[in-house]
Amino acid sequence: MQPMTAQASSRNGGGIRLRGLTKTFKSPQGTVRAVRGIDVAIDPGETVALLGPNGAGKSTTIDMMLGLSKPDAGSVSVFGRTPHDAVDAGLVGAMLQTGQLIRDLSVRELVAMMAALYPDPMDVDEALQLTGLKDIALQRTQKLSGGQTQRVRFAVAIVCNPDLLVLDEPTVAMDVEGRREFWTIMREFASRGKTVLFATHYLEEADANADRAILMAHGRIVADGPTTEIKARVGRRTLRATLPSVDPAKLAELPGAVSAERHGDAAILSCSDSDQTIRALLAQYPQAKDIEIVGAGLEAAFLELTGEPDLDEPEVVAQ
Amino acid sequence: MMGFVYARYELLRTFRNRRFWFFSLGFPLVFFWLIASPQHNKIIEHTGLTYAAYYMVSLASFGTMMSMISTGARIAGERQVGWTRQLRISPLSVRAYFRAKVLTGYVMALLSLVVLYISGAILGVHLPAGHWLGMTGLIVVGALPFAALGVFLGHLVNTDAVGPLMGGLVSILAFLSGTWFPITSGFLHSFGQFLPSWWLVQARNVALDGQGWSTRGWVTVAAWTVILAAGAAWAYQRDTGKV
Repeated sequence: MQPMTAQASSRNGGGIRLRGLTKTFKSPQGTVRAVRGIDVAIDPGETVALLGPNGAGKSTTIDMMLGLSKPDAGSVSVFGRTPHDAVDAGLVGAMLQTGQLIRDLSVRELVAMMAALYPDPMDVDEALQLTGLKDIALQRTQKLSGGQTQRVRFAVAIVCNPDLLVLDEPTVAMDVEGRREFWTIMREFASRGKTVLFATHYLEEADANADRAILMAHGRIVADGPTTEIKARVGRRTLRATLPSVDPAKLAELPGAVSAERHGDAAILSCSDSDQTIRALLAQYPQAKDIEIVGAGLEAAFLELTGEPDLDEPEVVAQ
Repeated sequence: MMGFVYARYELLRTFRNRRFWFFSLGFPLVFFWLIASPQHNKIIEHTGLTYAAYYMVSLASFGTMMSMISTGARIAGERQVGWTRQLRISPLSVRAYFRAKVLTGYVMALLSLVVLYISGAILGVHLPAGHWLGMTGLIVVGALPFAALGVFLGHLVNTDAVGPLMGGLVSILAFLSGTWFPITSGFLHSFGQFLPSWWLVQARNVALDGQGWSTRGWVTVAAWTVILAAGAAWAYQRDTGKV
């Protein structure tokens, strides 16, 4: 097989472009407008998080990007090709949201089988090494734990050495340690100049592992920008404490705090970094008690961002 | 090339599957020895064939049917774990995917054929080389509709249903096609000739006089191949279009 590294930079011109992408499903509850006309441009080499609560349309968008489902309207271009052509050219690797492994093969055999389907695969041992599967390489796929299965699926996605790696909620079945390791490997892979798109409903994952986050809610994009910016917009936490006779204006000046107000004896602070705020609060006001810190949650943050709970009214699309 | 590597792993997986050894090889083999060995040289009435020759081809046909249809169980299993979707986002073409499935079915079928031929030979079946080959040729062609049937069922039925369905179907077809005892007249005889499995079992007549199928046999097998292949294509479309 010919090495294709020389071509690698030219073959992925154009990045990923989604234009006016729309998908509607029929379900027993009625018509679900899963994706409602989204536009996305991702440049080669970017690592982008597709962030949103369940039912936001993330998986539907990913399925259309991979050519697994046909959009009702709009178009997808992956490195200047249709999803189907990009897949045929071996440019795309993916870890889908659901899925297990076929049985009766060893981990190594399964990864090697998938590698053989691609024009320019990674060395199988390198992929196993990278994903920490060396020790269980000879185990049969039907005898793995949930976390190990996820790792093998990850190895399958990267062994094809794709220019675009798509991960749909990849850490769902993993424990904390497993997640940490997973993202370390993902960043190592991304640093090879790969384009990575991953879907998640954890803001922390997006923040720690992506350059940019695209927020989806109810089938629409509600924000798109650097993760720091997104985090500042949706990552607020509310800190409550019983703290009589302290001026809210002073509390708002605490590090990590954005605003503060008072309800009777209770002080309520809105924080962009509640960890910093709580440390400073306790240092300056040791008398504070009954302290609670509550995350807003993405769903609540999205509602705040979009300003309305129900987006089912017809949308006027400016074209 | 990639299709070849894929087919190799597909074979490896099937060889490691205990169910295959049991249904496609063990079952026909055990039944052959149980039925044929006590009276292997005796001629079965109306057929002109010895017990050994008759049941050798009958159970080889049974194993062939089982091997080809069990493609469906493998496909259903892969669909259930989401592997079909994983393959659809790889450069493996649909054609290469099905080629590997059918090829695996054939390797399994030939294996059960060889095992039964050897058993038959041990029990005194002696045929000219040309007859062995002719019989094998007919079984290979007669297996085609079942290859398509396997793909059809694999994309239509879920894993829970595919096992009992395949087992039931093969049992009924085997019964109606004269696998267990000769059907030489009456309604069953007229009806059986419409089945592809009938002609698979009829490959045994090569052992008698070197003659293959009648025109009707070729037409029946061809028609079923076309119908079931169309059904398989439809089921595949329906299955993957849904996503």
